[in-house]
Amino acid sequence: MLLSTFISKPDSVSAIMLKVLLALLPGIALYVWYYGPAILVSITLASITALATEAAMLKLRDRPVKPFLSDNSALLTAWLLALSIPPLAPWWLVVVGTAFAISVAKHLYGGLGNNPFNPAMIGYAVLIISFPSHMTHWLSPHGLGQVELSFADQLAYIFGGHLPSGIKLDAVTTATPLDTLKTQLQLDRPVKEILGMPIYGALAGKGSEMVALGYILGGAYLLFKRIITWHIPAAFLGTLLVTAGIFHLIDPGHYAAPLFHLTAGAAMLGAFFILTDPISGPTTPKGKLIFAAGAGFLTYVIRVFGGFPDGVAFATLLMNICVPLIDAYTQPPVFGKKDGGAK
Amino acid sequence: MRTLYQFHGGVHPPTNKTQSTRTPIAPAPLPGKLVIPFHQHVGNMARPLVKAGNRVLKGQLIGMPEDGVSSAVHASTSGTISAIGMAVVAHASGLPDLCATLIPDGQEEWVTHEGMAYRTAAGADVRLALRLAGVVGLGGAVFPSDLKLRSGKHKIKSLVLNGAECEPYITCDDMLMRERAAEIIRGAEIMRFMLDAEEVLIGIEDNKPEAIAAMQLAAAASDDKMEVIVVPTIYPSGGAKQLMRILTGIEIAAGVRSTEKGMQCFNVATALSIYRALQFGEPLLSRIVTVTGNVRNAQNFEVLIGAPVNELVALADPLPDTNLYIMGGPMMGVPLPSAQVSVVKATNCIIAASDKLFPPPPPALPCIRCTRCAEACPADLQPQELFWFAQSKNFGKAQEYSLFDCIECGACSYVCPSHIPLVQYYRFAKSEIRALEHEQAAADLARERYEFRQSRIERDKQEKAEKLAQKEMTALAARQSAATPEAAADNSAQLRIQAAVEHAREQAAAARPKNIDTLTPRQQAEIAEIEARRAKAREMAHPDAGQPKE
Ligand code: SF4
Ligand code: SF4
Repeated sequence: MLLSTFISKPDSVSAIMLKVLLALLPGIALYVWYYGPAILVSITLASITALATEAAMLKLRDRPVKPFLSDNSALLTAWLLALSIPPLAPWWLVVVGTAFAISVAKHLYGGLGNNPFNPAMIGYAVLIISFPSHMTHWLSPHGLGQVELSFADQLAYIFGGHLPSGIKLDAVTTATPLDTLKTQLQLDRPVKEILGMPIYGALAGKGSEMVALGYILGGAYLLFKRIITWHIPAAFLGTLLVTAGIFHLIDPGHYAAPLFHLTAGAAMLGAFFILTDPISGPTTPKGKLIFAAGAGFLTYVIRVFGGFPDGVAFATLLMNICVPLIDAYTQPPVFGKKDGGAK
Repeated sequence: MRTLYQFHGGVHPPTNKTQSTRTPIAPAPLPGKLVIPFHQHVGNMARPLVKAGNRVLKGQLIGMPEDGVSSAVHASTSGTISAIGMAVVAHASGLPDLCATLIPDGQEEWVTHEGMAYRTAAGADVRLALRLAGVVGLGGAVFPSDLKLRSGKHKIKSLVLNGAECEPYITCDDMLMRERAAEIIRGAEIMRFMLDAEEVLIGIEDNKPEAIAAMQLAAAASDDKMEVIVVPTIYPSGGAKQLMRILTGIEIAAGVRSTEKGMQCFNVATALSIYRALQFGEPLLSRIVTVTGNVRNAQNFEVLIGAPVNELVALADPLPDTNLYIMGGPMMGVPLPSAQVSVVKATNCIIAASDKLFPPPPPALPCIRCTRCAEACPADLQPQELFWFAQSKNFGKAQEYSLFDCIECGACSYVCPSHIPLVQYYRFAKSEIRALEHEQAAADLARERYEFRQSRIERDKQEKAEKLAQKEMTALAARQSAATPEAAADNSAQLRIQAAVEHAREQAAAARPKNIDTLTPRQQAEIAEIEARRAKAREMAHPDAGQPKE
């Protein structure tokens, strides 16, 4: 009989995941404040779908349902996906994306701990490739749309696809700040002028920059609670900042300022919640730096030169592919085998 | 103020030490029976010198150290040897080992013994005295101390005395330092003298203020350069390598001797037994054992080697829901196969355990690669990778990822949020690898023997032929009426055989796998367990195969 330790630190996967969910709350609260409660509907929808799919897959794979269902990892995938897609997305979009993320991206690869790709980002990628038009109708932030939908109207649209008579979809939705910048740049307007448009706030999109602030708060909590380490957020945001800075210096008329890129789109969500997913990320400190720096650079390139509205999801997936290689080449030296063995 | 260094990782489990430090060390009463294993140390088992029926005196040598790494075993009290035979010993494996059963006569009649003038005696004689006194590392490693007291070709700068005692619940060193600091310091002086070390560094965790004060007082009275260094409480600061790192900043890689870096490390209790052995000629007959956990009166006892664990724990009044006894602490300790086993030199602590005290962990989830284990690992390993390789029995890869650098401290298991018994996998993988190497070595030995036999048959033939020739020659010579010596030919054949044996031995030494050189009794038991399992599996696979034919 060989045994392990008789005591263990009071901690669990489900407690860790729960803390990550908690850390998302400030961002979600600000989201609701600026865009109305529709996001809560997609989060709920995604959560129910995720739990149901998880349970079904566990049954199919003949795994114990209870310990895995209560690990909160499916919920986290659901929340991250819901936060990545437009809140007014039709219900089936949320359901399809979440079910795909849990069943294919997670369970077909072996379930918890074995998925090489971030399931939420796989779900997002599938949706944006399959249903691109549904992925562009973002709600206008509070006070900017020509009309504002009541919660009942939002529900009616999500579940029935109907807007109140006389209101057009364009009147309540808008392209994202990143998208707007891209399309306006194609019309040869200088960045400065574009960012003067009413949808932009102090740094990036009005509303969305505040949500980003909420994510930063949550990220700080995760750092404080040692759920994540500084490596990934620092390397990701740092690289994004530097890359954007270089382009901005070269041609400020065509490339937005680095702070815009940090607060626009899913940059903060990515830095603190998506790239920090341990399962699909690297394990060594050096590896984390390389992984996140690569993701930061790719995010910028995809945003600015690519055809998708944001780059975080694809940058994450591309870097996920490199993880085994990164890990293998960044193994830190073991005790006594560092240079000189001293100090 | 001395600068202290940090080692990577480490954890802060609840220490649970105060329960057993409220009362002084108490001598455990003489038990009705002592069962003394002949194999309590790293290396070769001691050779029994007594038979059933022999009367022995307290301190009498009953197990002679064998060649190489080995140590002596003594009668812990006077009485009669009632049996020499196999008995279950304090290993998790539950495999029996050779033991002497001693029925005490209550006289406590000592053999004649006296100290030696260790400062003037030859170093080799002093070391032999320690070997014959059965002095081994009492921190749990049970490595024969005499082998560590050779200054060798490296200059030793620091003699490190390990009083860190970082593992939760265990307080035997703490109490020993509080109560017998002066003797520990005397022992340290002897060791410093033998190693010709410049300084003595005594590392004690800052959660033992009384021990620190006592040791400081005793160290100040010494003429040697001694320093009591208070180190932060963090598990495993009491690992020899971790403590040396904290005190000097120097890291000693696995497989490297600390003497190469100018250091040698001993446990404080070992220092005391070295002093008693050389000053008074008292062999190692007892040790301090912490009895704690699920008991009413946790306390430290001075216990004779061979005393049964059940009689010892009874002194601390275990609670009725106790269902397991652990030897060692909750991080590195091993569950005892039964409470009938006896206290050995490695027994620093007995924890009475219950499901309430140590609730069974929830079912393990898959690894989520959170790297908490890597952040906690004091050997700078990547436990999550090792787990992966150990689990998939990819032993080659596991060794590539430095499996044998793992000190089995359990810090990784302690922090894992998926509740994976990580260190269990490493012990398993190491034992499997050692068993494989052992098999390999055994096969090599068999092959050697076979080859040797072949060569002997060959020699015999040659010899016969030579003798025949000789005879003919003698006959011839006789005919020529001149005698030639016959012995020369015999002699040369003998020499050739000798040379062949030597050669075979050398080859074996060169080809010996590295991981099975010096094993603790526990590691050997683990190997034995695996081999027994394999043999059983083979038997089940080929029930009629029977014994291999000669
Ligand atoms: S602590 Fe456990 S779950 Fe986390 S990486 Fe290590 S083995 Fe995996
Ligand atoms: S048991 Fe081994 S792998 Fe785990 S923390 Fe200790 S040294 Fe590292």
